Amino acid sequence: MSIILHAEKISIEFGGLKAVTDFSLSLNDGELVGLIGPNGAGKTTVFNMLTGVYLPTSGNISLSGKSLLKKSPHQINHYGIARTFQNIRLFKEMTVLENVMISMHAKVNYGFVSALLHLPAYKAEEKKMRKEALDLLKIFHIDGKQDELSKNLPYGEQRKLEIVRALATHPKVLLLDEPAAGMNPQETQALMKLIRFVRDEFKLTILLIEHDMSLVMGICERILVLDYGLTIASGSAADVRKNPLVIKAYLGEEVEFGA
Amino acid sequence: MLTKVRSFPLLLVLTVLIIGVIAVFIRIGVINDYAAQILSFAGINVIIALGLNLITGFTGQLALGHAGFMAIGAYAAAVSVMQFNMPIFVGVIIGGIVTSVFGLVIGFPTLRLKGDYLAIVTLAFGEIIRVILVNMDALTGGAAGLKGVPYFVSKETIEKNPNAILWVPVLSFIFITLSVVIVLALVHNLLNSSYGRAIISVREDEVASGSMGVGTFRYKMIAFIISAFIAGVGGGLYAFLFNYLNPTDFNFIRSVDFLIIVVFGGMGSLTGTIVAGYLLTYLQEALRFLQDYRLVIYPLLLIIMMIFRPGGILGSREFSPTRLIHLKSFKKALQRETAAEREETK
Repeated sequence: MSIILHAEKISIEFGGLKAVTDFSLSLNDGELVGLIGPNGAGKTTVFNMLTGVYLPTSGNISLSGKSLLKKSPHQINHYGIARTFQNIRLFKEMTVLENVMISMHAKVNYGFVSALLHLPAYKAEEKKMRKEALDLLKIFHIDGKQDELSKNLPYGEQRKLEIVRALATHPKVLLLDEPAAGMNPQETQALMKLIRFVRDEFKLTILLIEHDMSLVMGICERILVLDYGLTIASGSAADVRKNPLVIKAYLGEEVEFGA
Repeated sequence: MLTKVRSFPLLLVLTVLIIGVIAVFIRIGVINDYAAQILSFAGINVIIALGLNLITGFTGQLALGHAGFMAIGAYAAAVSVMQFNMPIFVGVIIGGIVTSVFGLVIGFPTLRLKGDYLAIVTLAFGEIIRVILVNMDALTGGAAGLKGVPYFVSKETIEKNPNAILWVPVLSFIFITLSVVIVLALVHNLLNSSYGRAIISVREDEVASGSMGVGTFRYKMIAFIISAFIAGVGGGLYAFLFNYLNPTDFNFIRSVDFLIIVVFGGMGSLTGTIVAGYLLTYLQEALRFLQDYRLVIYPLLLIIMMIFRPGGILGSREFSPTRLIHLKSFKKALQRETAAEREETK
């Protein structure tokens, strides 16, 4: 197995606040890794650094050996990293199908003139894109709603659509930011199975954020725990669960009363 | 998709018919020259508002200097025809091209930033252009204005055949209205392509758009440059319609007028812009008897609009005449399409 995504001691400060300090990560090809931690631990900030939304103050990030530092989000996406957002960021006033088709834009093969005049090249490619988008939607069982505005989907389906939209960019690495937030335990279990299926089907490497530990224990092969911007533990689910630092971060310390 | 209802030939016939009938009315005097000029002027307003809607309504970037772009297009077109003897048609295109170069220069530094910088910079730009035009006497005639801009019929033709002057209102109307149709068709096609979806995604969520591989800066630039080009074309048409240009014609109020048309018709609705453009231009003329008080009517209308229809007349929807005519066959086609799609995906 080779390392596909490598982050080396990345840190970021906002003003004087150290949001993330010396975060390191190596994702092997095909792995499914969980990044957990209490609220405000810096998980989403790590995602934002990996996808070029924030520029790390120090450290280095590379995908298959190519440095991603100072690249803009869309370039990083072209290199092969796609993501979803914790606070759903769908294109609300566009249809479900359009949301997915936007992700395919980077690889569109008709020119500007074809677009202006709707030449045959336009028609053929649009049909192809539409078909591919529908196929992806089908995997996530939202193919019956392709012409609805995305803002009108129920919450759970909006989260799924975010994943479909990310998949449509043909990524090598998929970053999922709390994909199960707001779902009930059954829905969450079904989604986790789906995520594993997608990983195998599309030969992806997945990094998944979740702040509820129990959810990721079942599906992730490896887990990293972040607290106050520091990596406090990493390893298999069983190891992490026993780690006293992790227990402390999640549950706090025992305090003697009345001393 | 839904456009497969063979709407293109129908639309073409409708357009030719409407333009043809109105042109005949103008020629035989059913519509007098004054009304014809308003109709043509409304067409110009619609063209520029369509361009503004592309950048403000569809890309989500507020621009407040389209009167400035219009001025550049107007003077560039007039000068290229008057000094360099270009044909009218070429002059209009040159007006568009020169203006889009200015769009490039303004957009490049400002569209990289997020926020309302474009609004501020375009506002300043509109004012600067006016001052520059006043001071470039040699080309623009300065504050006295540029006189003797030709009609849509060339001077030679009129000299040879004095009767040709009777055709000026008709030709102006046809030339301008055809331009409206062409601009509408091209912008509509663009927005219904992958490039258009990329542009709209920037408005919807710039962060998400970038993360899905859309070069947001690039698409903001494309939309802005096209918007400037269209405003330049509108300016060129304006020059040949009124045959006289004065820098004071292109003040900030005019930029706001275009914005009002866009907001009134619906940000993100092309047909809304067309309806609002014709409606408001007529209103402005019809209310002339109120003198300066008519300036109160616009804001009042806007306030009423914001209360009852905050999205504008059409919101972000589009009105389609073919859809009305084809309503029945359209529904059937729609059912067939979805059925076929279900088959396909099975």
